[in-house]
Amino acid sequence: MDATIAALLTQDGVTNGAIYALLALALVLVFTVTRVIFVPSGEFVAWGTLTLAGLQLGKAPGIVGLIVGMAVLAGLMETWTAVRANDARRIPRALALWSGVPLVVAALVHFLAPMSLPLLVQVVLALAAVTVLGPLLYRVAYQPVAEASVLVLLIVSVALHFAMLGLGLWFFGAEGSRTPAFTSASFSIGAVNVSVQSLLVIGTSVALIGALALFFGRTLYGKALRATAVNRAGARLCGISPPFAGALTFALAALMCAFCGVLIGPITTVYYDSGFLISLKGFVGAIIGGLASYPMAAAGSLLVGLIESFSSFWASAFKEVIVFTLIIPVLLWRSLTTHHHEDEEE
Amino acid sequence: MFGRAALVAFLVVLAAVPLIAPQFYVTLGNYIGLYSMVALGLVLLTGVAGQTSFGQAAFVGLGAYTSAYLTTRYGTSPWLTLAIGIAITLLVALFLGFITLRMKGHYLPLATIAWGISLYYVFGNLEMLGGHTGMTGIPALSLFGFELKDERRYFYLIWLLVLAALWATHNILDSRPGRAIRALRGGLGMVEAFGVDAARLKIVAFVYAALLACISGWLYAHLQRFVNPTPFGINQGIEYLFMAVVGGAGSVWGAVVGATLITLLKQLLQDMLPGLLGRQGNFELVVFGILMVLLLQFARDGVWPWIARLMPRRAPPPVPEATPLSARARTHADGPLLRVAKARKQFGGLVAVHDLSFEIREGEILGLIGPNGAGKSTTFALISGALPLTSGEVLLNGTSIGSRPPYEIAQLGIGRTFQHVKLIPGMTVLDNVAIGAYLRGTSGVAQAALRLDRAEEARTKAEAARAIARVGLGDHMFDTAGSLALGQQRIVEIARALAADPALLLLDEPAAGLRYLEKQELARLLRALKAEGMTILLVEHDMDFVMGLTDRLVVMDFGEKLAEGVPAEIQRNPAVREAYLGGVA
Repeated sequence: MDATIAALLTQDGVTNGAIYALLALALVLVFTVTRVIFVPSGEFVAWGTLTLAGLQLGKAPGIVGLIVGMAVLAGLMETWTAVRANDARRIPRALALWSGVPLVVAALVHFLAPMSLPLLVQVVLALAAVTVLGPLLYRVAYQPVAEASVLVLLIVSVALHFAMLGLGLWFFGAEGSRTPAFTSASFSIGAVNVSVQSLLVIGTSVALIGALALFFGRTLYGKALRATAVNRAGARLCGISPPFAGALTFALAALMCAFCGVLIGPITTVYYDSGFLISLKGFVGAIIGGLASYPMAAAGSLLVGLIESFSSFWASAFKEVIVFTLIIPVLLWRSLTTHHHEDEEE
Repeated sequence: MFGRAALVAFLVVLAAVPLIAPQFYVTLGNYIGLYSMVALGLVLLTGVAGQTSFGQAAFVGLGAYTSAYLTTRYGTSPWLTLAIGIAITLLVALFLGFITLRMKGHYLPLATIAWGISLYYVFGNLEMLGGHTGMTGIPALSLFGFELKDERRYFYLIWLLVLAALWATHNILDSRPGRAIRALRGGLGMVEAFGVDAARLKIVAFVYAALLACISGWLYAHLQRFVNPTPFGINQGIEYLFMAVVGGAGSVWGAVVGATLITLLKQLLQDMLPGLLGRQGNFELVVFGILMVLLLQFARDGVWPWIARLMPRRAPPPVPEATPLSARARTHADGPLLRVAKARKQFGGLVAVHDLSFEIREGEILGLIGPNGAGKSTTFALISGALPLTSGEVLLNGTSIGSRPPYEIAQLGIGRTFQHVKLIPGMTVLDNVAIGAYLRGTSGVAQAALRLDRAEEARTKAEAARAIARVGLGDHMFDTAGSLALGQQRIVEIARALAADPALLLLDEPAAGLRYLEKQELARLLRALKAEGMTILLVEHDMDFVMGLTDRLVVMDFGEKLAEGVPAEIQRNPAVREAYLGGVA
């Protein structure tokens, strides 16, 4: 291997690593606020790419139907909860939020899809469509079991991953899609060819991570989520509603995942079932940060991206094996350095 | 639980299937057996120990590929490859368990997902294992010269092993290590106070589950006589977990019910759905996923509890008398039983316990009292080993216990109760109390599985029954702990501590939240224990309760000893009055 190839592999690795980092942050966010290990995140990534690819062909993607169905279900569940609590006054607001907003998004995507709008508008539509699914999924599947153990929540996650995998095949078919590059420009630094697309991906990830830092550091909602992550009961006593925090977290996480999908689309062909492996790499990054530390998770994801790109050069058949085996030394290191004498009651 | 008639009916149906059923159903029955075996391991791991693995399919693959490779390449006997497969699985599971299960948090499921995916790609990419096309020509098993080529004969082998595994798992759950594994969910602080090494037991449960999966894989390889990576991927690993959860991960029969339901449902959905929906697709995945979410929302315990309710319930047999477990040698040392010398606990800049010294004499009831925040609970934690000392010394019969872990302190003769009751609500009072006697037994999982622990088990049960009788709850022995009133639950905690045969009993606010009559009941019990020679340290802030009961009192305020003496003196002590009443009196 010479320096040029090494530079090329590093560029690839950092680009992928930036995407995994975004994903890892979403996973850490969801876990700290809701205790959910967000396995279906991979489907959100794949659906981001595939929805955009569908819009490029002028087709309204199948997830529009899913949004409609989930919106109706969430509306019914909210109404039922309100009726049982004898609080009919909050029904209109709940319906507007849980059914109205998603239905508007679904209608927009459905009617704007055939118009072959500019790429940027299509990206916004794809992001919106996937993002509304996040809180809907939380409301319908997780909120009724929000107080259950981490294990139960994990099994729910895995079940949803299964269901969404099957739905993905139905919506998007078995063929993979690639979205066109945002730009094909490139320039050289010495002997190394740098693609602007890579820089765009890295730049977008860094910008999003910065925006999140601002959100958590400076806004009231961001602080509310951090408070919930530190102590759920305490946050509730301060007037932060756990269902609200959960739904907001899932909206953010879905948006970040959809962004990953949009960013990864031009780099690699995405199939309906590609998301799981992508999100698992984000998980490896997140675990390096102990599912708690954002900077460590980002650094870990970068490492995953680099290892992946270099191992695909040396032993491409064993690329996945190498990336996932990385988790073993990481866990070994954590188990030898972490004090384990803590209570873990259910 | 399982009515005897139902069990016999089940066995008759099993025996009859290969004789009368069409080929298709025999095949289905074989697969249900193989899946039940894997799901059974998850019952112990997930349903009972509260841990989970998505990598069971990889262990199945390990068993299958080990045998496939060795028998086709080197002509090794399949019975020898079974042993080799088990040995490899043991090593892998021990290693994975060791690095994940000693940590707080949920690293095992994530590690097993990664491990499952890695192994799948290894199977698919190694030329010597046939890559994605797999390996053919695996020999059939033969037993005493009988070749088990026919699926109908193989059915008996599979189900014989499944029944053996069911029996072994059932035995483990009803044993010394099994009780401890069931108690893991009550919090590590509780089980460790009775000498249970929680991390070790979780690893044992994981290894056990992995071994059952490995055996299932070995059976699979010699049934199909062909292996490829597909059935050992992560999706199958997830399906195994679904089987255990759907069936009811709290009971061994849940594994069989779950494996049967999921296998039949999958068959049905694969036949029906494409016709109904008019196109091809993985629709059974969607239905499975949604069913699973609904199940967890509405019936988290799975299907088995509903079936169990239909079974006739037998009244539990009375616990027979047995020789007591060996008791602690009562050394009558000249000095005090427990001596706390200049004990200090600092949390950063806060000194919670400030060079506290006091003694407990053999056979007395000592009360440790003080206003809120005085440092009573911290002192309690220092004596029981829940917190390490910053400096100073705690001596039990002259032996230093200040820096030892809770289970060693338990072994040296200190039994304790918890301020917030820590019983396992779903277990009977008898089983809860038997956890107290954990350190007085020695039998492990292997002896339990083979029922070689029965003599010791009978003595443990008898010992627990005696402790329950001693505190006066004999009528509730077979009730679940969760069904008792709070006052009774606190008394069960005392019985559990007594079952450990302690030299010193530490009680952490035993009267908190009790009604007047319950308090009187508790005081009567403690007096009776004292009369039998028990030494008791009582941390309390209920004055009335303490004054009438204790021999001496130690009063704490701001982490220091304010006063010490008999109750009457303490009541007259001006410093104590000031601390409690702000000096008005």
